[in-house]
Amino acid sequence: MGAGHSHPLYLPGVSVVHRLPAEVKIVAAFLTVLCVVATPREAFWAFGGYLLLLAAVWVAARIPPGWMARRALIEAPFVVLAILLPFTGPDPRFDWAGMSLSHTGVLGAWNILAKGTLGVLTSLTLAATTPMRDLLLGLQRLRAPALVLTIATLMLRYADVIAGEARRMRLARIARGHDPRFLWQAGATARGIGSLFVRSYERGERVHLAMLSRGWTGTMPTTGAPAAARAQWIAALAVPAVAAALAVAGMMTT
Amino acid sequence: MTTTDVAMHMSDGIVNAPTSLIFGVISIVIVGYAAVRARADLDDRTAPMAGLVTAFVFAVQMINFPILPGASGHLLGGALVAILVGPWVGTLCITIVLVVQALLFADGGLTALGTNVFNMAIIGVFVGWGVARALRGLARRSRGRLLATAFVAAFVNTVVASLGFVLQYAIGGAAGATTGTVFALMVGFHALIGIGEGVITAATVGAVAAVRPDLVHLLRTAPRDAPATAVRGEGSSA
Repeated sequence: MGAGHSHPLYLPGVSVVHRLPAEVKIVAAFLTVLCVVATPREAFWAFGGYLLLLAAVWVAARIPPGWMARRALIEAPFVVLAILLPFTGPDPRFDWAGMSLSHTGVLGAWNILAKGTLGVLTSLTLAATTPMRDLLLGLQRLRAPALVLTIATLMLRYADVIAGEARRMRLARIARGHDPRFLWQAGATARGIGSLFVRSYERGERVHLAMLSRGWTGTMPTTGAPAAARAQWIAALAVPAVAAALAVAGMMTT
Repeated sequence: MTTTDVAMHMSDGIVNAPTSLIFGVISIVIVGYAAVRARADLDDRTAPMAGLVTAFVFAVQMINFPILPGASGHLLGGALVAILVGPWVGTLCITIVLVVQALLFADGGLTALGTNVFNMAIIGVFVGWGVARALRGLARRSRGRLLATAFVAAFVNTVVASLGFVLQYAIGGAAGATTGTVFALMVGFHALIGIGEGVITAATVGAVAAVRPDLVHLLRTAPRDAPATAVRGEGSSA
């Protein structure tokens, strides 16, 4: 599918947010989540403010809220696991060091739920508006080492191919009656993973030869997209600036 | 049957902001050093192969294996890549997978990236490598011992990586559970996951060693042969 040019969370568009260079968006998203994480959990209204802030970005990016909500829901098990951690974790006989489960536990769960959800929504916003190739260019502009970028580029190009191969191997196992329930039945899966590694590596060897024959010099050629202008930095950093104001206000009021 | 996927990717908000930042900086420094050291293992010739190995790790993390009825886990792959491609390249591979998962798939929080990289790409790979390296003399002797080495390395790597989380939680945990509770919960849970990780890692290393022993970094003695001219093993694997 798509030869690694797109990814499942990308929502094609031409909005202001889509056109911002990726490095700007990565930095803005990171700083925004950092502000969210730094906000005291008792400042309930601040988290509502963050949600409004993200909603404003979705309007600018023309992302329908329903699209966002469906994808945020996909990540729900992972947030639910985090909430369950303080509840299901301790044995009933375990001494809670005088802490009241009803109060601290609930606050802790709220903390993870609110911050985790806002984090997922921010990441989704970044992913929805940034195609893969721009993201790599953004990481390059943020001074990621060249070797890391080469590896990441090839990984993204071939992840679909290898995942497709893994899926076909799994289907082949199921078609032959494979239905593992217990750990000691994982042998066939494991042997499949072993041959997947050998196939991936050998594909890497072939890909490398193909790249050499097309003039590979050891670094990825840079593509044309222009670097971020000052105005674009200012526009994008307005989002974490608002978030920082919310975080500071939250700290003052609690 | 509904299954619960057990992942170790931390979301935002589990540890506080200063802890996230500190581990972010530590991770950047160590991964930067790993990138320098990996260059000795990889020339521009083999960088594409590292890319494919990374794609492999990415694909493998989508394969679930059963732990108990109702619960499944997925491979983290720290010990696996350490044994197959060495610790420096392995650290880069896992780091890249985690960064891509956070940026493109919203899996694992952006501010938790530093702690996730520290636990899985740094502790996970290096503990796995340390154990495998210590048992290397044993691993070279027979296939059974190689499998045992891979199992132990993967098991220890999973449990110790979960201790990384306990450490971060003790420093800056933001939820309402005591460190003792989190310790018992995480170590118990990951001992279980670690058995699965160990079995899959051992079987995978075994399958690779049977077909292309030249690809197993742990078993390599002299500087690597050109892989394209390596002698094939007897037939293909299953």
